[in-house]
Amino acid sequence: MGNIAIEFDNVSKQYALGSIGTGTLSRDLNRWWARIRGKEDPYLRIGEVNDRSQKAMGNFVWALKDINFKVERGEVLGIIGKNGAGKSTLLKILSRVTSPTTGCIRAKGRIASLLEVGTGFHPDLTGRENIYMNGAIMGMTKHEITRKLDEIVDFAGVEKYIDTPVKRYSSGMTVRLGFAVAAHLEPEILVVDEVLAVGDAEFQRKAVGKMQDVAKGEGRTVLFVSHNMGSMQQLCRKGVLLENGSVAFSGIMGEVINAYQRGIVTQREFTSMDGDPNVLQLLYASIDSNHDGMFYTDSEIRVYMKVKVAKQISSLVIGFNLYSSWGYPLARTDYNDSQNLTTLSPGIYELKFVILPYTLSDGGYHIVFDIAERNVKRYTTEKSNLYFTVLPGSSFFGNRFCEHLNIKSSLFREDWLDFLRKVEE
Amino acid sequence: MERDNRKMMEEEKWTLVIVPKTGFFKLDLGELWRYRDLLVMYIRRDIVTFYKQTILGPLWFILQPLFTVLMFMFVFGGIAGISTDGLPRPLFYMAGLLCWNYFAECMNRCSDTFNANQNVFGKVYFPRLIVPLSIVVSSLVKMGIQFILFLFIYLYCVLDGGATDVNSYSINEYACLFPLLVLMLAGLGLGFGLLISSLTTKYRDLRFLVTFGVQLWMYATPVIYPLSVMQQSHEKYMWLIIANPLTSIIETFKYGFLGEGIFSWWYLGYSFLFTVLIVVWGMITFNKVQRSFMDVI
Repeated sequence: MGNIAIEFDNVSKQYALGSIGTGTLSRDLNRWWARIRGKEDPYLRIGEVNDRSQKAMGNFVWALKDINFKVERGEVLGIIGKNGAGKSTLLKILSRVTSPTTGCIRAKGRIASLLEVGTGFHPDLTGRENIYMNGAIMGMTKHEITRKLDEIVDFAGVEKYIDTPVKRYSSGMTVRLGFAVAAHLEPEILVVDEVLAVGDAEFQRKAVGKMQDVAKGEGRTVLFVSHNMGSMQQLCRKGVLLENGSVAFSGIMGEVINAYQRGIVTQREFTSMDGDPNVLQLLYASIDSNHDGMFYTDSEIRVYMKVKVAKQISSLVIGFNLYSSWGYPLARTDYNDSQNLTTLSPGIYELKFVILPYTLSDGGYHIVFDIAERNVKRYTTEKSNLYFTVLPGSSFFGNRFCEHLNIKSSLFREDWLDFLRKVEE
Repeated sequence: MERDNRKMMEEEKWTLVIVPKTGFFKLDLGELWRYRDLLVMYIRRDIVTFYKQTILGPLWFILQPLFTVLMFMFVFGGIAGISTDGLPRPLFYMAGLLCWNYFAECMNRCSDTFNANQNVFGKVYFPRLIVPLSIVVSSLVKMGIQFILFLFIYLYCVLDGGATDVNSYSINEYACLFPLLVLMLAGLGLGFGLLISSLTTKYRDLRFLVTFGVQLWMYATPVIYPLSVMQQSHEKYMWLIIANPLTSIIETFKYGFLGEGIFSWWYLGYSFLFTVLIVVWGMITFNKVQRSFMDVI
């Protein structure tokens, strides 16, 4: 039992809903009065379970409620869950950015947290100066950084620019430099939030590889949070599934991912708005099929979008990426695929995309909308993501022997057979 | 019983325990020491970034007070004709400004700690006290440069013969109190800054007060007038000026370096006590607020 690195003991975190203003002063006074009389905080009791889809009854919400689990030394643990399940709150408490409302966390060893890359970068300082600054913020000593400087610079691939102010860097270079510093931390416990999705494909591979090395390092405990089930599966042996601020499932990573997928509600429509109303905005999105909204391998899957273009943008991107539920990118489509357009005049546009029958194999998928100014800024966020599950064919078509297999060799529905005929008796 | 003991042993091995609330005054000085490299880097960053991409560079540290002194000479000395205890005006104003600027800069910048650093504080943990401490030290560099300017003006006035006899503004043994005075100015700036910073995370009202409050405060401090003038013409309000902890610091400085001013160990002792109290109070409040300010800012 002496091998526990981190222990979460009934950790809960409460947040106030609404904005802070004059109303909070009276609540503060109430709290203070209760404390003077030696009573319990009157607002701690009116907690709500954190379920965004329901309208909250009280003014407070429990972002985390009674979290209990232990992490063994040397373990690489993945924390997964939907947006708002409490993952980041948990990491924030663990990295002491905020404190828990009740409960307690005990840990052995130095904790370094990586909730963001390049924290504390100052645009006027050179790359070298920022490496020292950033490293020191993360808890490294000057001596440690000096020892690793060459390695960091090499990893980030910015030798040439090391004495240039960071404000002259491309955004990719800044992020790579930030990640490189973070990747060379050597704490006993490392906490990593969704930061692996940085840089280009090549650097991402490098980043995941580096994280694997870090994870395998001598006795190091690592906590990961990511939406990318693929890299989670690669990196973590064990996992915890958070749902509405509580631990819903914990165990071997594969099982946790399965539990997570079972729990994913199909999200077929997005009706609120995503983006910047003054530039680009997604007004509406939905997916539909010719089978009354059920998706089968032989369904025609239709994706509808309504987009507001408020400003003429020279290299406009409107499209979506299709991911498998584990986060593998599968396909990418755009409004200009066959039309040779690079921009659209301001206005509101409707788009329809069609995924032909027998394109997708059965399983979970999600669509990430990408409305952006190319190479500058993406305006859509995760909140407009759509999720759907493709079921085995509505007819009995299909390789039925393969269906019960957990590991599919392909995520696409193979329908490549052209003919099958008997040529000889 | 044995199990309890085992549990106790287990507890002792944890190196970090994160709990909702800490004790009344639990300042982890060891932790602060572990992050000393960061403190040094913050100080360096403050100084270096101040004059990056400027032509005059650190010269700006001198130009600012120089022009302020010229303005004071014209407005308060020339137009209003406020006495300077018989001292040359530039010397008198520079002495007051030197002390006041350091205090005001420390307080102004410390009071913005949480607000200005919320991005960094929201992402990574380090002892938050590092930031205000670095401000106090990096402002010291600025003060040092201004002190050199003060010495130059001093030298100029002496060589120039001065308006009055040379002995009336000579350095005496009380100038040795200078390091203590600087420490007290730093303490006051830090203490008030920490307090304001902590109080403004949730309710921002105080921030508006600080901006013009600092300006008003300067007039309640003998920067542009000597305390002796106050004593002669407005004796009724003397206690108010004396209650201002900065008064005795500035007066002592002037007394030590220029030989004019009102010096009393009692006044200075009071200011010292005040400084200690405000630093302790500020740190307690800051320490308490830093744990949860991210939720309310």
